[in-house]
Amino acid sequence: MKKKIAMYWGAGCGGCDVSLLGIHEKLLDLLDDIEIVFWPCATDFKYEDLEKMPDKSIDVAFYNGAIRTEENEKIAKLLRKKAKVLVAYGSCASEGCVIGLANLYDKKQIFNVVYLQNETTKNEDKVLPKEHTNDLELPEFLPHLKTLEQVVKVDAVIPGCPPPRPVLEEALEALLQGKTNFGKEVALCDECPRKDSKPEKIEIERFYRWHEKEDNGDCFLAQGMICMGPATLAGCQGECISANIPCTGCMGPTPKVKDQGAAMLSAIASLLGDIDEEKEEEIMNSIRDMIGTFYKYRAAKLLPEGRLKDES
Amino acid sequence: MARRIGVFVCHCGVNIAGVVDVERVAEELRKYPGVAFATTYQYMCSDPGQNLIRQKIEEENLDAVIIAACSPAMHEETFRSVCKEFFNPYRCEMANIREQCSWVHDKKEATEKAIKLVKATVEKLRGNEDLMPIFVPIEKKCLVIGGGIAGIQAALDIADAGYKVILVEKEASIGGRMAQLSETFPTLDCSQCILTPKMVAVARHPNIKLMAYSEVIDISGYVGNFDVKILKKPRYVDEDACTVCGDCEKACPVIIPNEFDMEKKPRKAIYIPFPQAVPSTYTIDREACLGLAPLTCAQCKDACEANAINYDMQPKIVEERVGAIIVATGYDLYDKNKLVEYGYGEDDDIITSLEFERMLSASGPTGGEIIKPSTGKVPKKVVFIQCAGSRDKQHMPYCSSICCMYTAKHALLYKHHVPDGEAYIFYIDIRATGKNYEEFIARVMEEERINYIRGKVAKIYREGDKIVVWGVDTLTGKKVEIKADLVVLAMAIVGRKETKEIAKLLKVAVDDGNFLKESHPKLKPVEALSRGIYFAGCAQSPKDIPAAVAQASAAASKVLAIFSKDKLEKDPLVAVVDEDRCSGCGVCVSICPYGAMQRQPNGKAKCIEALCEGCGTCAAACPSNNIEMRNYKDEQIEKMIEVIV
Ligand SMILES: Cc1cc2nc3c(=O)[nH]c(=O)nc-3n(C[C@H](O)[C@H](O)[C@H](O)COP(=O)(O)OP(=O)(O)OC[C@H]3O[C@@H](n4cnc5c(N)ncnc54)[C@H](O)[C@@H]3O)c2cc1C
Ligand code: SF4
Ligand code: SF4
Ligand code: SF4
Ligand code: SF4
Ligand code: SF4
Repeated sequence: MKKKIAMYWGAGCGGCDVSLLGIHEKLLDLLDDIEIVFWPCATDFKYEDLEKMPDKSIDVAFYNGAIRTEENEKIAKLLRKKAKVLVAYGSCASEGCVIGLANLYDKKQIFNVVYLQNETTKNEDKVLPKEHTNDLELPEFLPHLKTLEQVVKVDAVIPGCPPPRPVLEEALEALLQGKTNFGKEVALCDECPRKDSKPEKIEIERFYRWHEKEDNGDCFLAQGMICMGPATLAGCQGECISANIPCTGCMGPTPKVKDQGAAMLSAIASLLGDIDEEKEEEIMNSIRDMIGTFYKYRAAKLLPEGRLKDES
Repeated sequence: MARRIGVFVCHCGVNIAGVVDVERVAEELRKYPGVAFATTYQYMCSDPGQNLIRQKIEEENLDAVIIAACSPAMHEETFRSVCKEFFNPYRCEMANIREQCSWVHDKKEATEKAIKLVKATVEKLRGNEDLMPIFVPIEKKCLVIGGGIAGIQAALDIADAGYKVILVEKEASIGGRMAQLSETFPTLDCSQCILTPKMVAVARHPNIKLMAYSEVIDISGYVGNFDVKILKKPRYVDEDACTVCGDCEKACPVIIPNEFDMEKKPRKAIYIPFPQAVPSTYTIDREACLGLAPLTCAQCKDACEANAINYDMQPKIVEERVGAIIVATGYDLYDKNKLVEYGYGEDDDIITSLEFERMLSASGPTGGEIIKPSTGKVPKKVVFIQCAGSRDKQHMPYCSSICCMYTAKHALLYKHHVPDGEAYIFYIDIRATGKNYEEFIARVMEEERINYIRGKVAKIYREGDKIVVWGVDTLTGKKVEIKADLVVLAMAIVGRKETKEIAKLLKVAVDDGNFLKESHPKLKPVEALSRGIYFAGCAQSPKDIPAAVAQASAAASKVLAIFSKDKLEKDPLVAVVDEDRCSGCGVCVSICPYGAMQRQPNGKAKCIEALCEGCGTCAAACPSNNIEMRNYKDEQIEKMIEVIV
C-alpha cells in the first residue's frame, strides 16, 4: 500500500518546499511508493480536506516553516492529530532559523520596523496588520516565534536550511521505511573538502569577514574566517564550503550539544592563542553581529519566550 | 558503583569546626541515599584519623569513602593511599569544606554549603569508575639541544649518572658564548681555561654521543618516548681522520670573517672556529668554498696528508628515541642596527659587548690588545653604555641581568690594559645581586676609579676621529658630553631565533624575547608545561654562567628522576575522545597546553594518555562536546550541579 504523505508550509521562505522538488528524479521514484494527501504549495488542497481525514491516517506529515501565526499553530496541531509520524522539516520548523532572530524583539518592535520604519516601506497612512477588519479575518501574529516542537510532539527532524539533498534523500528513505532515526552524529569538518588543509595548530590572530581576505583554499577557520563547521552536524557534504563559503551552521548542532552558538564561541575563543585579556577582547569584539553569526539558526529554540524579560 | 559510602567530616582543629557545624553535616549526610555511615573527627589526616577510616571501612563494610576536609590538592594522595588498602583508590573523594566553606563564609552559609558540597560529592562518587594508573615505558636516553655551558653541564651530569646522552650542537664546535668570553666576573678566571676541560670531558665521555654541526629537525612523541630526527650537516672533513695540522687552512685561498670572532678576524673556507674546538676537526664552509661542485678548487684536499677531506660527503638524518629533552639553545645579542638613538651602531668605533670580549681575548682578532678599530690605536677614552636595548619599551622591556656585571668587568679590564685611559659607564642603576657581585662593583668604582654616570645617553655621533656621546647625569642634573675614542654597547640579551624553531617542534611557548616559557615561574622554573621537556641556561632567560650551570644541573636532576624508574606512573584522570563522533575539527589538538591531543592519520583526535594532565581544557572547548574526562563525566557533573542549585 502506498504511504500517505502530507507537507505543510508554515512561517518560512518556501525553500523547504523547493528542496523537496530538488531531489529531482528521486522524487519520481518516490511517487511510486507514496500518495500525497496534502501539500498546499504543490497541489490544491483545502484545510477542510485535512480536517475530514480520519485521525492517524497520514503515515508521515512534514511540517516546514516555523510557527509565527495562530494559523500555523492550528495546522501544526491538526497535522499532529492526523499523522502517525510528524516530522519537523528544515531549520525553521526544528529550531526557528533566521526568522527566529525575531525573538530578540517584541511584536511591537517588529511591526514598527517592518511596516513603518523600513527604508523601502511606503505606508503613509501608517496601517498596521489587524486581526479583525470589516471584511477580513487575519490569523493572530503570535507574541513569539515557536518551533514545531514547542507546540506539538515531534517524531523526527530533518535539519538544514533548506535540508540539503543528501540529507533529505537519506531521511525520506528512512522515514518511508518507518524509521525516525537517521542522519549523522559527527560535525561537518569530518566530511569537509578542506579538512586536510588544517594545520597542526590552529591559532587565530584576528577574524576576517568573508570579503576581507583572499581565500587561499585552506580550512576557513584556520584562515581566521568564522566557519561553523566544527559545531554543525554533517550531512550536507560541505555544500557551502564547495562554493567557497564558510559554514553558517544551518544543520544545527551535533547530538551531545544543545547550544550550538556557545559551543562554537568557546571553541573559537580558545583558539585565540596566548594573548592578554585586552587583546582577546579586541579580537572578539571585531566579530560583527555575534548573534547573527553564532545563533543564526537557533535563537528561537533557545529563546522560546523571547529575550530574557529583565533585559528588554 | 559505590553502594555503602562512608563520610568523614574533618574539624581541622577550629579551621573548619570553628565555622562549619560539622556534626550537622554528618547528620544530614547520614540521611542521604547511598551513605552508610558518617562521622566527624578532629584531624582526619593525622595517624589516628587515617586509622579511623581503616577501622570504619572494615566495621561498616564500606565500599567508598568521602573525606570532607581541606582541598584535594593537600591531602587527596594521603586518603587515597589509605583506601587503596581496601579498594580502588578512585572510590575515595574529597569535598573541600575548608577553603570553599569555613574560610570564606559565615557560620550558617558555610554549613549549608558544606552539606551541599558533600552531597554533590556523593553524586560524583556514585558515577566514578574504578581506574588503574597508566604506566608509560621510558627510553633512558636524554637529548640535549645546544652545546653551550648549560648544555655541556646538563649532558655531563646525566652521563656521569650512567645514562646515555645525545648532545646536539648546530655550530662546528661546542662551547657556545662562554668560549667567546675573555675573563669572567667576579673572579676574573679565564673563560676558556675553565670551559675547555668540560668540553674535552664531553668529547671523551663514553655515555655522550656528541653530534656537533647538527640540527634537530623533527620531534614527536611524549615523555619517555620522544622520536627525534637529527640532521648531520656534512663537514666535508672526516672528524676522525683530521689531525688538525692546519695544512688545508694554509692552502685555502678563500678568506672570510670568522663568526666566532664576531666577524672581526678572518678565517678560511676550511676552518676551525677556535683552536680548542670540540670536536677537534676542520670543517668546510659550504657557502664560502670554491671547490665543492663543480670541482674548481681542491687545494685543501691536495694539502691534506691525512686524506681527511671528502667533497662528496652528504647530509645524514639520524633517528633517535629519547626519554627526555633538555633545551639549552642560549642567547643572542639584540640587533644593534635597531638602536636608532646610537646611530644604529654603524660606526666602526661603536662596538657591542661581545665584540669587546673578543678584543680582550688573547686568541681574539687583536691578540688581546684593546684598539680603536678605525685607527688601530689604543683608545684613551672609552664610554660603556649599559641597558642598550634593555629596560626600554621601544626595544626589550626586561633587564638583561648580566650587563651591569660584565660592563664593570670590561671597564676594569680596560684599565688593566690602558692604565692611563679614562673609562665612563652610563647606567640606569646597578644590579649586582649575585654572590660577591656588589663587592666586585665597589672595587671597580673605588680602586679603578671608573666614572659611573647615572643617566641615559641621548645621542651619539661622530666628530672627526671622535665619537661624541651626549647624555644627562641625573644625579647632578648636568648635561654630559664626552668625546670618546671607543663606545661599547652592553646590548640586550635575547633568545635565539633557533630557540623559537625548536620550541615550535616541541610545542612549547616562547615569550616576546624568544625565551622559553617555564611551567611555573617560581616552582617549576626548568620545566616545560609538557612532561619530559626541560630548559637550561640563557634559552630560558638572561643569566650568568653560575646560574646557567645551576639550572643545567637542575634540569639534569629532573631527567634523572624520570630515569630512576622503569616505568612512569600516571594519574589515569585523562581525557577520552568519542572517536566515532569526532569530526577532526582540530580545536582540541590546537589548544591542549600539554600537546596531549594529537591528530591521527584519519583526522580524528586522540588523547595520548601519557601526556594528558587531565586539565579539561579540551573537554570544555570541543564544539561537539565529544570529550569526556574520566570520572568527570557529563552525567556526574550534571548531577552535582543539580544537588548544589
Ligand atoms: C659580553 C658578555 C660578557 C659576559 N661575561 C660573563 C662573565 O664574565 N661571567 C658570567 O658568568 N657570564 C658572563 N656572560 C654570560 C654568559 O655568556 C652566559 O651566561 C652563558 O654563556 C650562557 O650559556 P648557555 O649555554 O645558556 O648559552 P650559549 O652560550 O648561547 O650556548 C648555546 C649553544 O646552543 C647552540 N644552539 C643554539 N640553537 C641551537 C639549535 N637549534 N640546535 C643545536 N644547537 C643550538 C649554540 O650554537 C650554542 O653553542 C657574558 C655575556 C656577554 C654577552
Ligand atoms: S572549519 Fe569549516 S572549512 Fe574548516 S574543515 Fe571545518 S567545515 Fe571545513
Ligand atoms: S676546496 Fe674549498 S675549503 Fe678547500 S681550499 Fe678550496 S676553497 Fe678552501
Ligand atoms: S643588567 Fe644592568 S645593564 Fe644590563 S639590562 Fe639590566 S640594568 Fe641594564
Ligand atoms: S575538538 Fe572534538 S570534534 Fe574537534 S577534533 Fe577534538 S574531539 Fe574531535
Ligand atoms: S585534558 Fe588537558 S591535557 Fe588532557 S588532552 Fe585535554 S587539554 Fe590536553
